[in-house]
Parts: sequence; structure tokens; C-alpha cells
Amino acid sequence: MRHVDEYRDPAAVEAVVRRIHATVTRPWTLMEVCGGQTHSILKFGMDELLPENVRLVHGPGCPVCVTPLELIDRAIAIASRPDVTFCSFGDMLRVPGSRDDLLKVKARGGDVRIVYSPLDALRLARQHPERKVVFFAVGFETTAPANAMAVHRAKAEGLANFSVLVAHVLVPPALEALLASDDSQIQGLLAPGHVCAVTGYRDYEPVSEKHRIPIVVTGFEPLDLLNGVLAAVTQLERGEARVENQYARVVAREGNPAAQRMIEDVFVVSDRSWRGLGEIPKSGYALSPRYAAFDAERVFDVGGITVSEPEACRAGLVLQGRLRPTDCPEFGTRCTPEHPLGATMVSTEGACAAYFHYRRGPRETAAAAG
Amino acid sequence: MCLAVPGKVVEIVGEGELRMGKVDFSGVKREASLAFVPEVQLGDYVLVHVGFAISRIDEEQAMETLAALREIGELGELDRPDEVPPPPGRRGES
Repeated sequence: MRHVDEYRDPAAVEAVVRRIHATVTRPWTLMEVCGGQTHSILKFGMDELLPENVRLVHGPGCPVCVTPLELIDRAIAIASRPDVTFCSFGDMLRVPGSRDDLLKVKARGGDVRIVYSPLDALRLARQHPERKVVFFAVGFETTAPANAMAVHRAKAEGLANFSVLVAHVLVPPALEALLASDDSQIQGLLAPGHVCAVTGYRDYEPVSEKHRIPIVVTGFEPLDLLNGVLAAVTQLERGEARVENQYARVVAREGNPAAQRMIEDVFVVSDRSWRGLGEIPKSGYALSPRYAAFDAERVFDVGGITVSEPEACRAGLVLQGRLRPTDCPEFGTRCTPEHPLGATMVSTEGACAAYFHYRRGPRETAAAAG
Repeated sequence: MCLAVPGKVVEIVGEGELRMGKVDFSGVKREASLAFVPEVQLGDYVLVHVGFAISRIDEEQAMETLAALREIGELGELDRPDEVPPPPGRRGES
């Protein structure tokens, strides 16, 4: 596939890996923020191609993983209603709530559907005016324009039977929270390329400046990730700290203005609670008051459902890059993708699931992927 | 969740926020909203996420990245032989 295969070329992978080895003289710890990048790194075994003293830790960039338990419970309460058709991306269905998950609601006869796009949920609302169609609007900035468009169109078309349960989170405030911690070991960041495709990377410049760390906007293919690592360690070795764009074929500094306008039309920035990180001010989106009629939490009055996070699962430490999944005593024993204790073992982008899939069986290496 | 796949725009219908396209992903064609990429023309490559094109892939920038990679490959020949990375495989307990 064009714009994919070129970035998996084994000879080029070897050359960039060689360059990284030639550049690094000291130990460095980098965090890749996005769960999709974590998945790619583990899938292609790229962490094992790096010098021993370059450590990649995995960040909180898995929206499914950071959605708090009480929001899952609210989703389950809504999806259990006989008059509701509940639509979600597939990843959310197996995330455990405090007693149940959405898949069990479906098994009990609930109308729970996996959709590919929020537009699919909108289509269901048009086709079934007798049903209350609810879309679980989960995601980072990458997904926000699409989810915003669904709400915008619902209002434009007068679809009163459509609403969204919003669980939108933002990357820069979470990075700020991680870096502000006194014992943060993160020396460089690989910023999430597809989030930046929407937002651009101006918001990352003050973060880089304040914490004096390199932030490299990075893509998802093996060569994109290795180029990101090379750029970050090159800056670190030179004592530099700035935002650099290694994903210029997709990301512009100012991002996508049309997508940003749609976000601004539908959402307002709000405080958000993150699983594993706690409450972070101004770290998410809520529906703008102009779209309050489409807010599923109001429509179904589930705001009163509150629960605390389970103690057995250490996903919070994993999401902060403080615990490697394989170092968790529950990993692969009490906690597996079949019987997950937490969301990081469920989502395809969760770090625990990535280690479970790619560090326990036959592994595809970057060289073999070409 | 932030997965986005590149594909070639082979059909465009509608305008404004209803602008839709057919996008060819290596032979598999799917509909995608082009509302957020008003500059996109037939034949352009776009990055599609949950049914929406979120970015037009910039061919010039792609060529520059590939040229930089070729340069690294050529310069790599000059790197010292003792810095050749180990072959892929398990390292440590990870």
C-alpha cells in the first residue's frame, strides 16, 4: 500500500537503527504517547532493535484505557434500557465496568452495536426514529472532529432520537500532568501524529519549552517511529529541546482548520477524570450548551452514577509509564485479554494487551515486515 | 483508537460538510467524509480515521522524508562497524 510500504523497508530500517546506535552515547528514556504507536513498536519488535540504553516507556494515549469506570457504568446503564440502541467502537465493549461490561448487556438481549464510524450511528438514528440511538463518543483529538460532525448533523437534521455519551480527552494536559510529577523520568516525547494531524503542534511548544524536553511529532509505521526516536535522541545528545515534526507528510504546524472549527462548534473544553491519572483540569471535551439536548448523560439522567476505581488493577501505573506490563504480578495470570482486570488488557491499543500479544507468541519483526 | 489509514480518493460527491468520497485502500473501496479536507482533489491520497479524511497526504513532504531516509542509508555505510545493532530477538527479560 502506498504511503505504508515505503515506511517498512527493511534496508532503511536497518540504516536508521544503525544511525541511532551511532548517535547514542548515554542512557535516555523516551515516552511514546499514543497507544497505536505502542502497538506498532511491540508488533514490529522495534524496542528490541534500539540500543540497550534507550528505553521506551508507554504513555496514556489509549482513550479506551483512560475512560473512567463510572463512565463505563453510565454507558452500561444506558445500554441496558429497552428503548436504546447503543453504538460504540468495538474496543469499548469488553472493558469491565464495576460489575458488567457492554458485551454482557448485549448477551442479555440489549441492543448494543459495534460501529466503524459515528456516521453509522447517525444512520441508525435516521432509519429507526422509534429507537433512542446513543453513540459512545470516546477518543482523543483525532476522533473529536468526526464525533462532533455526528452531533452537528443530528442537530441540523432535527434527529431528536440521537445522543452521545462523551468521553473525550486531550493529549497536552495529560502530558503536562505527567511531566510535572517530581519523579518523572521522561526525557523525550514522541507526540501522537494523528492527534497532531487535527490539532497541529503549536500546543506542544510551550510544554517542550517549560520542561526542556524534545517533543517529536511521530507517525505509526516502523520507519516513522525509528525516525522519531532518532530525532529525539539527536536533540538530547546535543542538549536541545524543541518540537520537531517527523511526520510532515501528514501533519502541519497549524493542523486541520476545518476539523478544528467543527470541534469548536460542538464541544467546549472541560475538566476530565482519567483512569490512572485522576482528575486533570481542562483535559477533555464536553458538549457545548448549544448541543445540550444531545447529551446522553442528561437525556438518561445517569450523572448520579459514581464509583471508585478497582484496586487490583495497576493500569494507572502502566498508563503513566511507571510500570512495564510484564512486571505486574497479575499479568498473564489473573489478568488476560479473556479475563481482563483493566482496560489496558482489553483495548487493542492498551500496553498490557500489546505485551500479551507480542511478547508471548511468534513476533513479527520490522525486518520481516517489508 | 487513533488508527488512520492512507487511501486514494477515486470519487467525490457533494459539497461542504456533506462532501463525501470513495477512497481506495489497496483495492478495497470505502466511503469517507471529505468535509475536513476541502482542498482534496481526485487522485489525492488522504488519511482516513473512523470514516473521515483528517489529512491530505503531502506528496512533496513524503518525497523529502524518503530522500532523507536514503541519505541516512548512504551515510550509514560510514558508521563504525562495532556499532552495528544486534539482530532482532529477545533482549533481557522483556
